[in-house]
Amino acid sequence: MAATETSSSNPSLFYRLFFDKELRSVTIQVITMALIFAFFFFIVNNAITNLEAIGKGYSFSFLWDASNYDINQTLIEYNSRSPHWRAAVVGLINTLLVAVAGIILSTIVGFLLGVLRLSSNWLINRVVYVYIEYVRNVPVLLHILLVHGIVVNTLPIPKNALMAFDGTLFLTNRGFYTPKPLFEPAMWAVLIAFVIGVGFTIWFKGYAKKIQDATGKIYPVLWISLGAILLFPTIVFFLAGLPVNFEYPELKGFNFKGGLVLRPEFVALWLALSLYTAAFIAEIVRAGIQAISHGQTEAAFALGIKPSRTMSLVIIPQALRVIIPPLSSQYLNITKNSSLAIAIGYMDIVATIGGISLNQTGREMECMTIVLAIYLAFSLMISAFMNWYNKRMKLVER
Amino acid sequence: MSTERSHAVGEHPELPPPSTEVGIIGWVRHNLLSSTTNIVITVLTIYFLYIIVPPMLNWIFFDAVFSADSRDDCRAIAKAAGHEMGACWAFIGKRFEIFVYGFYPAEERWRINLSFILMLAALVPVLFDHVPYRKQALWFSLAAPFIIGWLLLGGMGLTPVPTDKFGGFMLTLVIGVTGIVGSLPIGIALALGRQSHMPALRMVCVAFIEFIRGVPLITLLFVASTMLNYFLPPGTTFDLLLRVLIMVTLFSAAYIAEVIRGGLQALPKGQIEAADSMGLKYWQSMRLIILPQALKISIPGIVNTFIGLYKDTTLVIIIGLFDPLGMGRASLADTKWQGLSTEIYVFVAIFFFVSCFSMARYSLYLEKKLYTGH
Amino acid sequence: MKLFKTLAVSAAVALASTSGAATAGTLQDVQARGELNCVVTTGVAGFAAPDDAGRWAGFDVDFCRATAAAVLGDADKVKFIPTTGKTRFTVLNSGEGDLLYRNTTITMSRDADLKLTFLGVNYYDGQGFMVPKALGVTSAKELDGASICIQTGTTTELNLADYFRANNMSYEPVAIETNEEGQVNYLAGRCDVYTTDASGLASTRGTFDSPNAHIILPEIISKEPLGPAVRQGDDQWADVTRWVLNVLIAAEEAGLTQGNVKGHAAKAGSNVDINRMVGTEGDFGSMIGLDKQWAVRAISAVGNYGEIFERNIGVNTGLGLARGLNAQWTNGGILYSPPVR
Repeated sequence: MAATETSSSNPSLFYRLFFDKELRSVTIQVITMALIFAFFFFIVNNAITNLEAIGKGYSFSFLWDASNYDINQTLIEYNSRSPHWRAAVVGLINTLLVAVAGIILSTIVGFLLGVLRLSSNWLINRVVYVYIEYVRNVPVLLHILLVHGIVVNTLPIPKNALMAFDGTLFLTNRGFYTPKPLFEPAMWAVLIAFVIGVGFTIWFKGYAKKIQDATGKIYPVLWISLGAILLFPTIVFFLAGLPVNFEYPELKGFNFKGGLVLRPEFVALWLALSLYTAAFIAEIVRAGIQAISHGQTEAAFALGIKPSRTMSLVIIPQALRVIIPPLSSQYLNITKNSSLAIAIGYMDIVATIGGISLNQTGREMECMTIVLAIYLAFSLMISAFMNWYNKRMKLVER
Repeated sequence: MSTERSHAVGEHPELPPPSTEVGIIGWVRHNLLSSTTNIVITVLTIYFLYIIVPPMLNWIFFDAVFSADSRDDCRAIAKAAGHEMGACWAFIGKRFEIFVYGFYPAEERWRINLSFILMLAALVPVLFDHVPYRKQALWFSLAAPFIIGWLLLGGMGLTPVPTDKFGGFMLTLVIGVTGIVGSLPIGIALALGRQSHMPALRMVCVAFIEFIRGVPLITLLFVASTMLNYFLPPGTTFDLLLRVLIMVTLFSAAYIAEVIRGGLQALPKGQIEAADSMGLKYWQSMRLIILPQALKISIPGIVNTFIGLYKDTTLVIIIGLFDPLGMGRASLADTKWQGLSTEIYVFVAIFFFVSCFSMARYSLYLEKKLYTGH
Repeated sequence: MKLFKTLAVSAAVALASTSGAATAGTLQDVQARGELNCVVTTGVAGFAAPDDAGRWAGFDVDFCRATAAAVLGDADKVKFIPTTGKTRFTVLNSGEGDLLYRNTTITMSRDADLKLTFLGVNYYDGQGFMVPKALGVTSAKELDGASICIQTGTTTELNLADYFRANNMSYEPVAIETNEEGQVNYLAGRCDVYTTDASGLASTRGTFDSPNAHIILPEIISKEPLGPAVRQGDDQWADVTRWVLNVLIAAEEAGLTQGNVKGHAAKAGSNVDINRMVGTEGDFGSMIGLDKQWAVRAISAVGNYGEIFERNIGVNTGLGLARGLNAQWTNGGILYSPPVR
């Protein structure tokens, strides 16, 4: 637009708009923005015309209608009379649950595999290598389907449940049942003790560092922290007279009733995602450890630093700098891959609001907008954290 | 007597190392049993393998049925042979053609075969250096995608084949290869745009990359299959496969862009300053100095992205395209073969393993070849 | 701005393959294209699935072919668009598909809110329950607390929620995307009960290792009239497709079969119903924009309703479904076509 206006009055300016280095960049940007706006205007305009033509609007009011369907894993109260937005929240919580559980398990397994991959034991080294290569080169959807098949086909039905600890734990293909703790009011004391323990640890860590900086004296921070966080609440727990009861699962009719249950869809998705991601994390960890030159260890020893402190003060901080960025993108991948839950019937955000709700209401636009917005929010949060972390950990170069 | 003589002063011949240190025994001692921890690990691993491997082999080979006409047939054959029913590979065998070619008309399948050969031929000069007439061959490689597109789609002398006939491994290859070929240039452009000094351009690129990377591919595929039609002028529709190809390409381009940005950032600032001081223009310095180095650093990441893209092609079943997995599931709806899902999963897993593993190996070879450090 | 918009529009138009300009009627579009775009499932045994050679076959598929035969004169000029429960209506509404034959239950909200026009019923179904005999259950009322496998993307989950709430019972739903996965879960004992349309239950049971170890409970908890649909707003196309369906049903009633239809068409006989259908009396084809032979082509391509039924899902197939409600009204069913006159 700018070009057409000015070209008639001032040809030299027109020339400069395209060939002068400074002005050209302005031209390019103006054109880019104009194209982008035109594009968005175009598609939004089309969407409005098309929706009008078939008589649909764009409105989120359906979210307050009754959903009319049930969900098996609900961490908040929900039934078929609840509105669609509540179904969306149930799905969101289920997504977060499997993502967080997956992140924890995949980190543990991944670090273990990464270390074993560097082991001098030839056999384990090879087995881990084969495992990693198999997992990394097969699509995650297949892993999920296979693990789910194994879980439901090999575990027994509730009648023949595998039992452990005298009828407190049950393993079936309907889920993994454990006793459910029911807390009495005195549990508050234990909670308060725990908070005090954490507070103390934070203060003590700072104090110990100050002392170490000033005098060189080293306190056993780890043991004292563990004592404050774990031992202190435990003592309070016993003093309060064990303020907890358990509700035990029991086979009643078709299924076990009571207790806590991990459903097989959750277990399958969780295991498949964790084992899949663990293979990637293992390679990241291996690369991270190998990236630290051996000279670092030798130098630390030469300074007389103990092996355990060499690990925690010299090797791990440096390896983490290499490990954390790719690790965080693996965490993001777990979250995104959890959307494959619909293949095996785990009710995550894509299966609830983006699945059954979408089907029943026919509101593709609105439902997909919600799903996309939620995933974007996740990833922007993780990105923001990563940027902050990278800035903090950046090597200060001369 | 003779032994005493050999112990004479100053006459010690070199003895062979003790038998426990060399040969198989020595190797086992050093690699499997060197410490208590190691012994425990070794024993546990062997036990683990003992539990996993024999049943797996039984299922895949020894109890499997390789030719039958239906699942009942498989069961009968296994029963007659007096063992449990393992894999019913007959299912895969009977339907092998549609697993490979999809619904492509039988008399036109030579076109897929030819395309596949052309693709391999076009890849050789791209992947390997020491090819005679490489320069001419590269022109061929550049033209190959168009020739293949013409072969697959038809027209201009060939019977046109609509894209809904595409399926099976052929569909996987079409989506995977198009995504790979298309996403690299777009990815480079996005990466350069993100590094650009023009704020508007940079903002657009950042927004695009972060949006695409922030959402799972299946939601994008849902968008392509359920929403995209609303965004087009009334009365026009897009071919579904084309929509999927565009989405997959854009998706992978965003990841490629981030990998290449990593490569660009890893270059010392001196490189671009040197290029500037030589009086090179922006595109010249990019083409001659910056990109060759940045791309080289990025190769492992790029190949990993490609492998990821290739694996992600399985997700198209969720919107109703028939890749091998989708074809398998549709085949299971045939009453003759219901219930044989594990066979499908294993079969498809093997296919993906072979192709992805070779890509990964190639990447290693390339890394070694391009390594110019000391 | 206008310039850019024009540019963008032309770019998009150049990109988009104009497979159906909505200006002309769908019938004209289909005839101009020489191909019918028929929306089907990604695979339901007996109703629509690719066979060993990759050719689509099944109950719903045959109706698509009959329509193509009537409209285009060739039962093979059909492009099948496989869709999931999620994409089926979008594909139809966007103009990608011309006709939907996909085990779709006719409901008021779909008819009115999703802007579809339903053409009639080609299969009367209802949601039922299947349980293993060993469970000892004889009525759906005894299912309190059971785990139930359901296939999502249909009306099934809604009926189930309603039924259990109405009877004040609890259950654990296991929502599965595909029939195949549902079966795997049911057989493995992940669920006590498998619920879907009764036809689906019968076909699923027919493929089990020991079908007799499973029973289908007597309760049918919903009405599931499955029928074809087209986009709202094109009455001519709706008429064409509706009457292809009707004439196939009417043909069975009149005794017109794949084998004898050509003979009847050769010269007018004494049965006026048949004469009207085969075009030897009156010109009913032209009323819907086709020629006199439209019904002859449809019937000789796939046979009448009864023949389609028996060939794909009848008692002699793997599914082994009895006609039941889907028998002609003269035979104790409720299948009743308006007369062709």
